[in-house]
Amino acid sequence: MIRRWYLWLPLLAFVGFVVLVTSGLMRPMEREVVSRMVGKPIPGFALKPAISELPGLSSADLEDGRPKLMNIWASWCLPCIAEAPQLEALKAGGAEIVGVAIRDKPEDVARFLAQNGNPYSRIGADDLSAVQLEIGSSGVPETFVVDGDGIITYQHIGDVRAEHVPMLLEKLEDAAQ
Amino acid sequence: MRLLAILALILSPMLPLAAQDSMPAAPYANRQLDDPAMEREAQDLMFTLRCLKCQSQSIADSDAPMAGDMRHQVRIRLMAGETPEQIRSWLVERYGDYVSYAPRVSASTWPLFALPLALFLLGAIILRRRLGRKGAAGL
Repeated sequence: MIRRWYLWLPLLAFVGFVVLVTSGLMRPMEREVVSRMVGKPIPGFALKPAISELPGLSSADLEDGRPKLMNIWASWCLPCIAEAPQLEALKAGGAEIVGVAIRDKPEDVARFLAQNGNPYSRIGADDLSAVQLEIGSSGVPETFVVDGDGIITYQHIGDVRAEHVPMLLEKLEDAAQ
Repeated sequence: MRLLAILALILSPMLPLAAQDSMPAAPYANRQLDDPAMEREAQDLMFTLRCLKCQSQSIADSDAPMAGDMRHQVRIRLMAGETPEQIRSWLVERYGDYVSYAPRVSASTWPLFALPLALFLLGAIILRRRLGRKGAAGL
């Protein structure tokens, strides 16, 4: 009997497999897709203005020596409305915020800004989600910290809430060094 | 009147979709390429790329606006002369292996490829020893 201990190995392997699969199924699914572009320079792009009152956005604007927040949003995105006051708070805290409007019409952007305030210094119109794909963003809203040389240093997925404001200001300060 | 009510009932599930974004689809989101061979390449690639918004569909299967924008990228990049694998790498560079449905051998996935091979070899060795022994006994 003792000689044949290895006969139990397949059963043991099977039990181990079942435990692995079960624990994998029990774990809550990770729905966030993290960008692999964090730590890398922002790819070159040039977006036309989303509204006539503000300039558009190009990658050169993100390499002017000053760190910025790059907010990926859209007028049709509900969490973006919830996020608007926090962007105002970030602006009040000294952050320069540039916007990328995903698949949006000028009149819709203007209406959104009139209703929810305008924290942006520039807004580029990304009608084909091309810049969104270039920086590895998979939804709206997302907020990227970009340092003065155009290197992405942080990605915040989802709407910015009140508790995220000090953290994002800190990330901006880190990016300035 | 009743007909109108029924029509409204049928159309109502479509309303939230319309509210999502009012922009037309990207030029090459739903337009096939003129070159059939290139379009086949595009289709093959699109079925192995994950829609990031819907997550359990390929971009070929999904009607999400972002999936349409990804199909547009696939087609214009093929037209610009990129190979399907270059386009896949371009996306993997940005979203990680997660975006691709075609598994790659990497630091974390190599056991998946090595294990079946190892088990097959083990089975072959055991079988050989058993059959070999029987064969010897028969002689």
